[in-house]
Amino acid sequence: MSFIDRGGVQSHALFHLRRRGWAVLRFAGQITFTFFGLLLATFLIGRVVPVDPVLAVVGDRASQSTYDAAYIALGLDKPLWEQFYLYTVRVLQGDFGQSFLTKRPIVEDIARVFPATLELATVAILLGTLIGVPVGVLAAVRQGRLTDQIVRVLGLVGYSAPIFWLGLLGLLVFYANLGWVAGPGRIDIAYEYNFTKVTGILLIDTAIAGEWAAFGNVVSHLALPATLLGYFSMAYISRMTRSFMLAELAQEYVTTARVKGVSEARIIWGHALRNAAVPLVTVIALSYASLLEGSVLTETVFAWPGLGMYLTNSLQNADMNAVLGCTLVIGAIFVGLNLLSDLLYAVLDPRVRRS
Amino acid sequence: MIGAARRDWLLTEAPASRRQARLGQSYRLWMAFSRNRLAMVGLGIVLALVAMAIFADVIAPYDPLRGGGLRTARLLPPSAEHLMGTDDQARDIFSRIVHGSRITLMVVALVAVIATPIGLLVGTCAGYFGGWVDTVLMRITDVFLAFPRLILALAFVAALGPGIENAIIAIAITSWPPYARLARAETLTIRDTDHIAAIRLQGASSARILWGHVTPLCLSSVIVRVTLDMAGIILTAAGLGFLGLGAQPPQPEWGAMIAAGRGYIIDYWWVATMPGIAIFVVSLGFNLLGDGLRDILDPKART
Repeated sequence: MSFIDRGGVQSHALFHLRRRGWAVLRFAGQITFTFFGLLLATFLIGRVVPVDPVLAVVGDRASQSTYDAAYIALGLDKPLWEQFYLYTVRVLQGDFGQSFLTKRPIVEDIARVFPATLELATVAILLGTLIGVPVGVLAAVRQGRLTDQIVRVLGLVGYSAPIFWLGLLGLLVFYANLGWVAGPGRIDIAYEYNFTKVTGILLIDTAIAGEWAAFGNVVSHLALPATLLGYFSMAYISRMTRSFMLAELAQEYVTTARVKGVSEARIIWGHALRNAAVPLVTVIALSYASLLEGSVLTETVFAWPGLGMYLTNSLQNADMNAVLGCTLVIGAIFVGLNLLSDLLYAVLDPRVRRS
Repeated sequence: MIGAARRDWLLTEAPASRRQARLGQSYRLWMAFSRNRLAMVGLGIVLALVAMAIFADVIAPYDPLRGGGLRTARLLPPSAEHLMGTDDQARDIFSRIVHGSRITLMVVALVAVIATPIGLLVGTCAGYFGGWVDTVLMRITDVFLAFPRLILALAFVAALGPGIENAIIAIAITSWPPYARLARAETLTIRDTDHIAAIRLQGASSARILWGHVTPLCLSSVIVRVTLDMAGIILTAAGLGFLGLGAQPPQPEWGAMIAAGRGYIIDYWWVATMPGIAIFVVSLGFNLLGDGLRDILDPKART
């Protein structure tokens, strides 16, 4: 009897294992397809959409010999599917081609400018989360009252104002008129060579070197663009926190806790927020990803030497390879963060894990 | 505003004709909508924008493209004569903003007209046929959703070349995927209902069912979504203009006007500030209008 039982349990477990294996395979298949799609999209944008891809790369003032050389170099004499195959192989080897603007491999350029964007986006998402979550909780608790209205208005302004315009106004008020923060750029030239760049993230590099004057200067440069980007993610995060918290506070376990005599603060911050945190992780990951988009315009306004400014410079100089390289990298990060949020969701929520 | 008899006719529980039922339904929605004060403000802003675009020639006191004397009228601060001041080409900024409303409205309208049908077609086909059609169409949609919108639009404009037409095409190409997802989800709930089965048994073709019976039912939620997206479309277009990839000078596009005023914002703040206010107010209007529409047409989605 017990033998049969064990067998039954085993086959059941095996069934689950198989089902999970199948799910993982499906997941892997979807990821592969999406990345393949990213490659195909950038390939098509670079090779098929322009009227003449060679002109898009060399510009219309190139001589005939340069034109012919680029035509061969781009592999345009080969059939389209073979071009795509070669493009895929090159990208997988980490070769995005050479930038016509900087005359360096695009991968190196992107690796050089990326830490600046990472630093800006990370500080911004920290600000957005640390302010947005408590504010959203308060708005849910005081639904319909003044706090709630203020959160709503802040959110509406965040959804409606052009970020580059707010950046310019911020520079005008806080840099030019009040002098509270440093101007465009990441660091003053006076401090630029006082420390070695280990990580490329200046807050960390200056702290390691113990150059606190330089650290302060970096903070001063970072304050305005990071606050601005942080504001936009705060608008989104607080709005979502509010709606998740409203859903949780209406649940029966909250009533049970109240009846048991648990303090209101504990119910809000301990019970309800903990459950609301699961979907919030997704929201925060998504808004971290969307900061990449916001950084393009913000970096342009603040002369911040990151991925966004590199992309804009390449665009304005018709450096097609660099534009596509950036698009691909940003797309890949975007997909990666989406996946990460899905995985975290599965880890944090047992209900998702089981189904 | 409306007579008591007419009101009763509209609100009757037993409408005598289809037309009466439809009008009554619209009237009920309008009553719900007009109770929402913020939504009415949004509607007011959008209507003002449309009026401004239609009567731009009457409203604008000066020529939007040709300025006054370069020696006497450049970079004048806001005054009674020039409500919002003048720019570096001695052009009246207020007149340029009034004429710029035409560009903004054109962008929003064309993107909606191009992207909505694509999204509806892809979404309803994927949802109705299911199987491999669904898989292929939705994977393509996912690829488009895998890029942040502005980045993909930038790449398209880089390939097509700068200009307002190409910016519109690029924004439209990046706008349809959410509509397709929405239309697919709606179609999935509709396709197995009895009335669709009845139409199929009568021998209606797939195309007829999709166009005549599925699409109309998807339309209201897609329209709400498009309205909510319009602020985003305006901001994307302004961003492209700011980067020099949208409308080209001397066209009075608001984003490009901010870019032009950027160089001397510290000494002449109004040149970059005024067009930004215009963008802000108009996107706020579309956001408020969209929120209001969502609340009455789709109470489930209320957050």
